[in-house]
Amino acid sequence: MDQIQKTLLEEIAGLHEVPAGAYNIRANGQSVSRNVTANIDIVTKEDKQGIDIIIKPGTKKESVHIPVVLSQSGLKEMVYNDFFVGDDCDVTIVAGCGIHNGGDETSKHDGIHSFFIGKNSHVRYVEKHYGSGDGKGKRIMNPETVVELGENSFMEMETVQIRGVDSTNRSTSATLADGAKLVITERLMTHGTQNAESHFKVDLNGEGSSANLISRSVAKEDSTQLFVSEINGNNKCAGHSECDAIIMDNAKIGAVPKITANHLDAALIHEAAIGKIAGEQITKLMTLGLTEAEAEEQIVNGFLR
Amino acid sequence: MLELKDLSFQVSDTGNAKKEIIKGINLQLKDHTFTAITGPNGGGKSTLAKLIMGMEQPTGGQILWNGQDITELSVTERAKLGISFAFQQPVRFKGIKVKDLITLAAGEKISTANACEFLSKVGLCARDYVNRDVDGSLSGGELKRIEIATIIARNTPLSVFDEPEAGIDLWSFSNLIKVFEEMHEKRENSLIIISHQERILNIADEIVVIADGTVKAQGAREDILPELLSGSSGCKYYQ
Repeated sequence: MDQIQKTLLEEIAGLHEVPAGAYNIRANGQSVSRNVTANIDIVTKEDKQGIDIIIKPGTKKESVHIPVVLSQSGLKEMVYNDFFVGDDCDVTIVAGCGIHNGGDETSKHDGIHSFFIGKNSHVRYVEKHYGSGDGKGKRIMNPETVVELGENSFMEMETVQIRGVDSTNRSTSATLADGAKLVITERLMTHGTQNAESHFKVDLNGEGSSANLISRSVAKEDSTQLFVSEINGNNKCAGHSECDAIIMDNAKIGAVPKITANHLDAALIHEAAIGKIAGEQITKLMTLGLTEAEAEEQIVNGFLR
Repeated sequence: MLELKDLSFQVSDTGNAKKEIIKGINLQLKDHTFTAITGPNGGGKSTLAKLIMGMEQPTGGQILWNGQDITELSVTERAKLGISFAFQQPVRFKGIKVKDLITLAAGEKISTANACEFLSKVGLCARDYVNRDVDGSLSGGELKRIEIATIIARNTPLSVFDEPEAGIDLWSFSNLIKVFEEMHEKRENSLIIISHQERILNIADEIVVIADGTVKAQGAREDILPELLSGSSGCKYYQ
């Protein structure tokens, strides 16, 4: 791997070197490095681009890293990664995509990640997106995540896209069985003329299932964002979604909440707030000696932490 | 020394009529002095505090700090010259932690132990607070104490407190008094405290009475306080 790819890898996965545990590193459309463990197998798909990640029942305290880096301008790819997590597991999965585009052609990574999570398992899934390079070519990522949560399983999903992605259309859908729990935390910042959309659809099918979607975003300059969330309460369940956005400059932000209760004991809440940085927040930090620009930076950084 | 020269502040009322909030105030506040500013609600006390910090721009007059004209300076520039301001209604932030705020106030990287020290001074069990967000999850009283801790952390030559007693009913008032006494004891810095509370007026060196946008009385506590407290003559300031 060259230095650009290593930098991308560090940004999206915090990796300075080869990670511990199972991993598959994909660079410019090819798998360049892979490790499997006794409990976690990674198999290349034969019918299309992508891999199957198979985690044995009872696997605890193990991790899988599957970062993707693109540094070749003009490369476009569509990748399917399927995760089969057995019963009674406790694992961390770190994905993410970094695109460096120094050329004039559009680089694009589309990925569909499907999770089939067994009973009583806990999965922490982290996905970071990052773009760099000063070429005119666009950096585009369209990640799709599909989750099936088994009985009493728990998935925590954290997605972060802070810099450099010109266009993204994120789609996340989940179905939850009895007692399953899903927590999604999204952090997003757009600038320039970037456009980002985030669509969530959650079906709370199981008794006692619950979902919490938390989105915090900042739109700067001429960028646009759209947050769409749909939660369907089909059983005795609890659903909560929260979209909290800071708008700056000439940006545009939309939030479209939809909650549907199809069961008497479904308790669903949606909260959405869009607004500029409160003037008094800036003033308070200025009374501590920060300039207006420094105050804004502190507020935005804190908000997206 | 802080000097206000013929300071005035007007706002446009409905129908573009001008309303005078501060009417040509002249004041000299000596160094190393604890000055309490009191007076009836709506008399212009908080506006005066904001004018000193630069959060409002006067429509006339001058503000001098150690001889330097700071009338046109921004809030940031005044802060850097050594003026601090404690908000009457502390500001809430999403994602900024108590330790972050104290660190920004101190102006340098500080250890968790140092941050805890400032919090302990305002009666907060520091360990429980340093990593909490300065947001709506904290009560009004807790936010107020954190606000005061940021001023202690700054340790500047002049600190202006806008009604520090407001919203701290859960905290024993004695602790607040103790904090001000300690800040004043060293006689290193000056304090200006906007307050209605007799116990705060009681520990001030000087008292200024502001009503209807003007200075109604100014002098040593011993001279002003008895008049304020005696029913009949006290009323004259509040009319």
